[in-house]
Amino acid sequence: MVPVSHVLALSVILFGLGAAGFIVRRNIITIFMCIELMLNAVNLAFIAFSRYLGDPDGQIFVFFVIVVAAAEAAMGLAIIIAVQRNRQTLSIDDLDSMKL
Amino acid sequence: MATHSDLPLLLLMTLAKVVVVLGVLLTAIAYIVWMERKVVAHIQSRWGPYLVGPHGLLQPLADALKFLFKEDIVPDEVDRPIFWLAPLLAFTLAFLSISVIPFGESITIAGHTIPLQITDLNVGLLFVLAVTSLGVYGVALAGWSSNSKFPLFGGLRSSAQLISYELSLGLAVVSVVLIAGSLSLREIVEQQRGLWNICKQPLGFLLYFTAAVAETNRTPFDLPEAEAELVGGYHTEYSSFKFAMFFMAEYANMVTVSCLATSLFFGGWLGPVFGPPLVRSLLPVLWFALKVLAFLFVYIWIRGTLPRFRYDQLMGFGWRVMLPVALLNVLGTSLIVAWRSV
Amino acid sequence: MIAPLFYIFAGLAIVAALSVVLQRTPVYSALSLILVLCSLAVIYLLLGAQFLAVIQVIVYAGAIMVLFVFVIMLLNARQESPTDHSLFARRLGLPLLAVFLAEVIFVVVGHFSGTVFAAGATFDGGPGAVGGLLFRNYVLPFEVTSILILVAVMGAVVLAKKQL
Repeated sequence: MVPVSHVLALSVILFGLGAAGFIVRRNIITIFMCIELMLNAVNLAFIAFSRYLGDPDGQIFVFFVIVVAAAEAAMGLAIIIAVQRNRQTLSIDDLDSMKL
Repeated sequence: MATHSDLPLLLLMTLAKVVVVLGVLLTAIAYIVWMERKVVAHIQSRWGPYLVGPHGLLQPLADALKFLFKEDIVPDEVDRPIFWLAPLLAFTLAFLSISVIPFGESITIAGHTIPLQITDLNVGLLFVLAVTSLGVYGVALAGWSSNSKFPLFGGLRSSAQLISYELSLGLAVVSVVLIAGSLSLREIVEQQRGLWNICKQPLGFLLYFTAAVAETNRTPFDLPEAEAELVGGYHTEYSSFKFAMFFMAEYANMVTVSCLATSLFFGGWLGPVFGPPLVRSLLPVLWFALKVLAFLFVYIWIRGTLPRFRYDQLMGFGWRVMLPVALLNVLGTSLIVAWRSV
Repeated sequence: MIAPLFYIFAGLAIVAALSVVLQRTPVYSALSLILVLCSLAVIYLLLGAQFLAVIQVIVYAGAIMVLFVFVIMLLNARQESPTDHSLFARRLGLPLLAVFLAEVIFVVVGHFSGTVFAAGATFDGGPGAVGGLLFRNYVLPFEVTSILILVAVMGAVVLAKKQL
C-alpha cells in the first residue's frame, strides 16, 4: 500500500507548481489554469485525508470545490473575454491602470 | 473479488475480450459505411457501390487501402503536435466507451463463466458520459491546430454544439437511472426483464436519441462539418490516414450511442432464448446486435430524409426546447419514483 | 497492484503539472492541465473515491477545461511574450513559496511518516453513498451552490455580452 505521506507530498508538489506558475506566468488564462491546479492539489489532500480517517465528509467537500470551480471558471473566463475586448491584451503586465 | 491466483487468468480473459470487441467493432464500422452508402443510395434511387465484389461488399476494403496509400498532406502553418494529437484523441476516446457496454449475459467455457462485457463498473453509465464529454477535444483541437478559417469555425461550432446537447443527453439518461436505481449498465438491462424502459420513458428516449444524433455530429445536426458552407469543417485540412481516423471515430461513436440506446431503453440483450446451452448463451448477443443494427439504420434513414438545421436554430432548439423538456421529464420521473416508494 | 499504479500516475501528474507551468503557449498548458486532471482522477479511484473520480473527468476535464480551450481558441491566444515587469514577484514570491512548501513538507513527513492507508476502504465512495450523504446531511449547502451557479451563469452572460 501507499504511505499517506506520499499522497500528501504529491498534493504539496502540485500546489507548489501551481503557486509558482501563478507568480511567474504573464498570460491571464495560464494564471487562471495555475489556480485550477492549486485547487486540484487541495482536492487530492481532501480525498487522501478522507480515506485515511475513514470520514466521507472530505469527499463531500471535494464535490463542492468542483462545483464552485465550475462557477468560478464561467465567471473568470467571462471577465477574461471582457478584458480582451476592452484592452486587446491578455498579458497582466499591460493591465496596470489601477496601480499607483 | 478476484484472488491473486486468478489475476493472470482474469487479465488474459479481459485482453481476449478487448481484442475480440475491437476486431468486431472495426469490421462493423467498415460495413456500416458500406450500409450507409447503400441505404442512402437506395433512398435517392441510385445503386450505390456495386463494382468491388458482389453488391460492392468489398468496397470497405478498397476504401481502407485507398486511405492508407493516399499522400498524407500536412499544411505549412499547422501546430504539428496538436495536429497529430487530435485525430488520435478522437479515435481512442470513441473506442474507449464501448468497454462498459454489456453484449450478452455470460458464456461458460471450460467451467469458467465469462460475462459478455469487457468490464462492469458500478459507475458504468457515468464512465460513458465522461468519455463522451472528453470527445469534444478531438474536434476542437483539430479545428484550432489546422490554423485555417474553415476548420476553426467547424471546431468552435462543434464545441458549442457538443456542450449544449450533452446537457440534454445527460438529463435523458438520468431519468432512466432514476427508474433503474443503478448506474451499472448490466443492472439497468436486468431491471428491464418485465417491461422495456421505452414504455416507461418514451419522452426520455426521444430526447436521448435527438441529443445523441447531435452529439455524433450527424445530419440534421452536422453543422461542424457542413460541406455546403464550411468545406469539410474541422477536418478540412486532414488527409489520408489521419482523416480516416476521424471518419472511424465518427462511426464508432454512432455504434456506441446505438449500443447505449439499446441497453438503456430497449432491454439490451434481452429477448426470447431457447435451444442448447451454447445457443442459449449466444442468442442474447444476436438480439443485441439486431437492435443496434436497427438503430444504425434509423441513423442513416434520418440522414437520407432530413435537411440540415441552421446554426442559430440548432442552438435555439438545444437550449430552448430540449433542455426544458429534459428537465421536466426528470422532474416528472422523480416525482413518480418518489410517490411509488412512499 | 495499487502502489505501482499510484506512482505511475503521480509521476504523470507531476510531469504534466510542470508542463502546465513551463509551456508558453496557452493551448499546451491547457492540454497538460487536462492530463493532470485525468491522472488525478485515476488516483481518486485508487483511493476509493469512485464517484468523485468520474465527476472529476465529467465536470473538470469535460466541462471546465472545454470552456478554457474554447476561450483560448476564441481569443486566439498564441505564445506569451516574456517580460521583466514582475521581478518583485519573482524575487520575493518564489523564495517565500519555497519556504512555505518546505514547511508543509516538513510537517507532512514528520507527522505521517510510516503511516499507511488501511487495506479495506472504510467508506464506499460510490454514487449511492456520496449521494445519500449529500441529500441528507448537506442539503442546505447543496441548494446554496445551485443558487451560486445560477448567479455565475447570469454574471457570465452579462460580462461577456457586447450589449445587453
